[in-house]
Amino acid sequence: MSKTITIDGLTVPFREGQTIMDAALSAGVYIPHLCHNPEFKPHGSCKLCTVNVNGRNVASCTLPAVEGQQVLSDIAELNAERLALTQMLFVEGNHLCPACEKSGNCQLQAVAYYLGMMSPHYNHFYPQREADASHPDVMLDRNRCIYCELCVRASREVDGKNVFGLSGRGIKTILAVNSASGLLGDTDLAVTDKAVQVCPTGAILVKRRGFTVPIGQRVFDHLTIKDLQTGGGHE
Amino acid sequence: MSEQSDRGPLPIPLPPVGEGEVVSPAGDAKKIRIATCSLAGCFGCHMSLLDIDERLFGLIKLVEFDRTPLTDIKHCGPCDVGIVEGGVCNAENVHVLKEFRNTCKVLVAIGACAINGGVPAMRNNIDLWECFQEVYQYEGGLDGGQVPNDPELPLPFDKVHPIYEVVRVDYFLPGCPPSGDAIWKFLTDLLNGREPKLDYEMLHFD
Repeated sequence: MSKTITIDGLTVPFREGQTIMDAALSAGVYIPHLCHNPEFKPHGSCKLCTVNVNGRNVASCTLPAVEGQQVLSDIAELNAERLALTQMLFVEGNHLCPACEKSGNCQLQAVAYYLGMMSPHYNHFYPQREADASHPDVMLDRNRCIYCELCVRASREVDGKNVFGLSGRGIKTILAVNSASGLLGDTDLAVTDKAVQVCPTGAILVKRRGFTVPIGQRVFDHLTIKDLQTGGGHE
Repeated sequence: MSEQSDRGPLPIPLPPVGEGEVVSPAGDAKKIRIATCSLAGCFGCHMSLLDIDERLFGLIKLVEFDRTPLTDIKHCGPCDVGIVEGGVCNAENVHVLKEFRNTCKVLVAIGACAINGGVPAMRNNIDLWECFQEVYQYEGGLDGGQVPNDPELPLPFDKVHPIYEVVRVDYFLPGCPPSGDAIWKFLTDLLNGREPKLDYEMLHFD
């Protein structure tokens, strides 16, 4: 007899040890998220996946599912907060979609579309951030980094290399590269590494592959991120 | 993407242009007045507005253009809708933008530049003087070049800003540029008194 929780009134089964996010993804229920990737241990930093569980707001990617939890997710109040968080991500970096090779395949952009973001709303920081083109095959553009640590986790846990890390605190946080020079070209990062593949934005890109897919055929041109991540979608 | 039923098949003459207030004959008193401008933009959004193609003929029955690059009217009269392309990169942009806000009941930011600074904002992380030197002095083929310094030139800002950081904006129409279909959907919603709403495939930031 499997245990269940309810999400927005829908009964969702879960196995012992699964988080609310795990249970939702298994059941095809979309909870917006950016720093979570089911292949990796939860990070719980972007807070987009915040849901209301028995009256309290918690990150669904880190909270274990427990029998009988009443979860609210797709409600106006939480979606408004998700939109505000997404807008803050846009203004605290330099996210200029028309000039970005990831546009159309970018999860940050796709979440913004899903939430109906018509403007970034807040005043832009236009922060000074460094790009790093020293690696022969991989481009690192920190202007687009949202500090999800997916590359950090992938490099440590899958590639066994420990190439990336977050350094500094708060608004001064930067994505640091683990080499004496601080340059990506002086690490043992390979273009085939998992760390290169997991970036949800255009911060880490494989060189010489920009704009290879025409507009209209990119991942999110027709499918919403909800369609993609829950395996649903329309034709 | 559905075809719009109210595409006007009958071309009617465009109103006379370029003569300021005489553009508005008495019979047009009930027409919606629209003003448009391009600040720190590339006029791509205006080109996309023209991409509504023959629907322009239907549109012109409902609206009348005040200050726009199409009419060459230099200053806004009282308008119902102001559509602003481009971000704010110099002092003149601010004057134009404030004129639009003061004379237009509804102000619309159209395109990536008006909404987040867009491609011109890519200079925000470059020192302005270094940027000018690169463009006017160091670029090849510019022997003896100097940075333009005529007093009539507007004062450039060290950073390019979206228009909502300067004035209140009522609606945003993202895209670089938004497609003609997106602009048409937006305008027809607005003119019909509906809250403008773009379909998923019409909403894009690039």
